[in-house]
Amino acid sequence: MATRISRGELAARLAADIPDGAYVNLGIGAPTLVADHIPEGREINLHTENGMLRMGPAPDAVNVDPDLINAGKQAVTELPGASFFNQAESFGIMRGGHLDVCVLGAFEVSQAGDLANWSTGEPGSIPAVGGAMDLAIGAKQVYVMTDLLTRDGRPKLVAACAYPLTGRRCVSRVYTDHAVFDVTPEGFAVIETFGDTSVAELHELLGLRLIDRTTV
Amino acid sequence: MIDKVCGDIDEAIADIGDGATIMIGGFGRAGQPVDLIEALIRHGARDLTIVSNNAGNGDVGLAALLASKRVRKIICSFPRQNDSWVFDGLYRAGEIELELVPQGNLVERIRAAGAGIPAFYTPTGAGTDLYADAEMREFGGREYVLVEALPADFALIQGYRADRLGNVQYRKTARNFGPPMATAATTTIVQVDEVVPVGALDPESIPTPGIFIDRVIEVGWRDWTPGGDFAGGRVDVNGEPVEDGVDPAVGETKATEGKPSGVEGVR
Repeated sequence: MATRISRGELAARLAADIPDGAYVNLGIGAPTLVADHIPEGREINLHTENGMLRMGPAPDAVNVDPDLINAGKQAVTELPGASFFNQAESFGIMRGGHLDVCVLGAFEVSQAGDLANWSTGEPGSIPAVGGAMDLAIGAKQVYVMTDLLTRDGRPKLVAACAYPLTGRRCVSRVYTDHAVFDVTPEGFAVIETFGDTSVAELHELLGLRLIDRTTV
Repeated sequence: MIDKVCGDIDEAIADIGDGATIMIGGFGRAGQPVDLIEALIRHGARDLTIVSNNAGNGDVGLAALLASKRVRKIICSFPRQNDSWVFDGLYRAGEIELELVPQGNLVERIRAAGAGIPAFYTPTGAGTDLYADAEMREFGGREYVLVEALPADFALIQGYRADRLGNVQYRKTARNFGPPMATAATTTIVQVDEVVPVGALDPESIPTPGIFIDRVIEVGWRDWTPGGDFAGGRVDVNGEPVEDGVDPAVGETKATEGKPSGVEGVR
């Protein structure tokens, strides 16, 4: 299983599944790369939970405006047709199921679709949750974008999460550097593998029941 | 005649007593009412409970208030940031109590308090450690947790423009917690860049109507809005004057990128 696609390639693969006109929230970190790979001709509305729709890319230096930031507290811009709203309305957009897609990172995703991405539960660490739990349960489609394995080689797709949960049964699909998985009532279904990765190898690596839904 | 405008910022916050619960607006530095917070530090009230999304950035504003050791407890969603060293030190030393609330539940608890709703069921956090002891209930096959409204004695918020009636407009994403917090406190005090004549604000665009505002303080234009219009190239994303070698688009956060920072890196 030598094939691993890059973060940029993975972002492009995920972006290909976001339909024209979608309302999308991209989590902090790797998911923000998706914005750079939206296919030509598609109009996507980016939501940022601190209170804006139709967020644009980072500004050049002379246009940095401290009143215009994203959820990662970085300077952004507004696209034509942008709107600003307060936090209660912004989280109503999330909790109310109005977003089509949100893309999140993960420490672990369970085969039931549970997500752990907010805390490693280490003693002595300072907890911080922000909007992670609201994002996990709110969007119509919750996509996770992550490496399949941790840096020390442990699978991030698991039977049950060991880390503290962000949300229960909330993930719809997991895009990894080796394959794409749907979360189904019967467990993970492999819908696409990259390069020479095979479903049999994924099964061996993860030790989970996998449904083969790849199409040749 | 109604006139909520106070000429003196220290007088405007003078009745904040020891033990008060105070909401402080802002998401990071955007919308943080720094001048009001500085007045609160001068005022000296102690044993405070603070409700705010974050727990201070750098050494100014909310961070400076925490450093003054007059805050007993903070209720917030995201205390740990790459520039929250003041809070981090107090928390590790056991000198501040933390109630961690998911951001959407935090703001909805605030909104509920201002809207006369004592408690509500929310799906956010159901089944997680943060709500392990909460009352749960199923609606339509989905799990919800019961959370209570969160009122306050005072709210300190930042707006862009206001009139003497207390009608407030905000600027861009600095609006964030201002409108809900304004509704949820017994006394709401807003600092604005400019006080304008009654009738100057478009009635179609008043996120916070004057009924929710008790006092207005004019603090003047900020470095990036001289005369009321945006002028770029003067400050970094934290509102600090641009220095050589710092990318103003990301400010100091760039230096710490890639460090393990828990949820901020993976959310």
